[in-house]
Amino acid sequence: MTQPNAAAPSASDPGFPVEEYRQDFPILSRTVRDKPLVYLDNAATSQKPQQVIDALDDYYHDYNSNIHRGVHTLSELATDKYETSRGKVKDFINAASDKEIIFVRGTTEGINLIAQSYGRSNLRAGDEIILSEMEHHSNIVPWQLLCEQTGAILKVIPINDAGELSMDEYKNLLNERTRIVSVAHISNALGTVNPVKEITDLAHAANAVVILDGAQAAPHTQVDVRALNCDFYAFSGHKLFGPTGIGVLYGKQALLEDMPPHHGGGDMIKMVTFEKTLYNDLPYKFEAGTPYIAGVIGLGEAIDYINNIGIDRIGNYEHELLQYATEAAATVTGLKLIGVAKDKASILSFVVHGIHPHDLGTILDHDGIAIRSGHHCAMPVMERFKIPATARASFAFYNTIEEIDKLITGIDKAKRIFK
Amino acid sequence: MLDLKDLYQEVIVDHNRSPRNFGKIEHPQKILEGFNPLCGDRLTLYLNVDDGRIADIKFDASGCAISIASASLMTEEVKRKSVAEAETIFTDFHELVTDSGQQIDFDKFGKLAVLAGVRDYPSRVKCATLCWHTLQAVLAGDDTPVTTE
Ligand SMILES: Cc1ncc(COP(=O)(O)O)c(C=O)c1O
Repeated sequence: MTQPNAAAPSASDPGFPVEEYRQDFPILSRTVRDKPLVYLDNAATSQKPQQVIDALDDYYHDYNSNIHRGVHTLSELATDKYETSRGKVKDFINAASDKEIIFVRGTTEGINLIAQSYGRSNLRAGDEIILSEMEHHSNIVPWQLLCEQTGAILKVIPINDAGELSMDEYKNLLNERTRIVSVAHISNALGTVNPVKEITDLAHAANAVVILDGAQAAPHTQVDVRALNCDFYAFSGHKLFGPTGIGVLYGKQALLEDMPPHHGGGDMIKMVTFEKTLYNDLPYKFEAGTPYIAGVIGLGEAIDYINNIGIDRIGNYEHELLQYATEAAATVTGLKLIGVAKDKASILSFVVHGIHPHDLGTILDHDGIAIRSGHHCAMPVMERFKIPATARASFAFYNTIEEIDKLITGIDKAKRIFK
Repeated sequence: MLDLKDLYQEVIVDHNRSPRNFGKIEHPQKILEGFNPLCGDRLTLYLNVDDGRIADIKFDASGCAISIASASLMTEEVKRKSVAEAETIFTDFHELVTDSGQQIDFDKFGKLAVLAGVRDYPSRVKCATLCWHTLQAVLAGDDTPVTTE
């Protein structure tokens, strides 16, 4: 690692060496349209440190081979690295066993797996599934498919004007027909941190199974699946400074044991005859076919990287960025924040009077500033707030106060163009 | 590379703020919706065609400045032109906004030339062409809403 640059202001945590961390991310030194890149689209996907890029490279370069089936040296090396990554994930979210860690392509695949495997074998017509109004489409559509297949019914927890779940409405929705509660730990469109422990306890009191969509939470906050006591937890590697195409589904062992495999193929079996096939043990039962080996190893490296900094420190620093950005945004006339929950992660969703978010996105891009404009795969949220789209700046621990200043300057520039 | 000022020129800002031919035609001969799922831009075109000419055209829309300004400029451009002329203009316009190598012929395109700036923002080309795709479809007699995806 390089030496920290002469103290650049880094929020109010002067000990947080953001400039040093920035050096680990090669992309952060590139330019966009001749301006230094200001990357504020971390909720869509995060950038990757050199350590992760090297891990992918090393696999293909030094020990590329298939896992679990070879007795040769390279295969043993790859298998060892792959399974070591599983252990890192287990520790990262404090799961009880490696058996509870299933590698999938991402949050989306994780949720679909639960819907199709757990959902199809456990739900009947008239059973109820509770989601919230702030869900990402990937935590809506898999359940709609399941409802079509089983005759189960979706119920939706509404959100208030601040973008917080109505817990009273949630309690009203829970009943003896509730089988599944599936909600985001942190909303990608609003930044709201949901009271997932309380949600889980209430669901369990109603004998429902709880799925938490952790896509936005895993990169920003300590996830302890045993303390939360959720039944399933899904997240994506690419939002966690790891590769795209790899993600994790955590499930309680007892539940996973009883679930049928969702895919059939190699690796997920013990023995195959045409009469009968014996499925493999956990977690392999859910990992049919050759997985994304490099991706798993890269994800393990990303977790090491985060652990070296400390997820709590990351969360604290990001919180200072959020606070700074929120206060700066309040000084921009015509800017309205969408999502002002009391408990928020480093996501700033907003609209500016008279400027469509896509025009704002283009104008900012011209100055090298990458934000997101659109419905953020959460169309029901847009409908709730009666807007077609929002602009969204989302911060990671490698962002700086200066970058937020550039964002605000860019918004002012857009206002001048459209005045 | 065009400057940003070339994309958000005064003409575009002005046509976004006060779009021309905005609103509905009562009892139009033709009506068609267009939708850009990426941006959420929506537009409805109302058309009367008389003797092979676009006798009247109006639009109703919500969306980004590029999509509103483009629709406004399009209606000004094609009103009272023949259907065949409108189609030729679209073909040329499409090249103008997608072909970065092309010299911008300001005489030929008139005000439409202000939209050439989107060629440097590929994700925004559909904002500029949604209205034209919808026009082409409605002139061809289609009645299923147009989407740009
Ligand atoms: C809250 C939330 N859930 C689910 C997803 C889907 O993640 P992926 O596309 O990596 O499967 C995202 C990603 O945008 C998200 O923000």
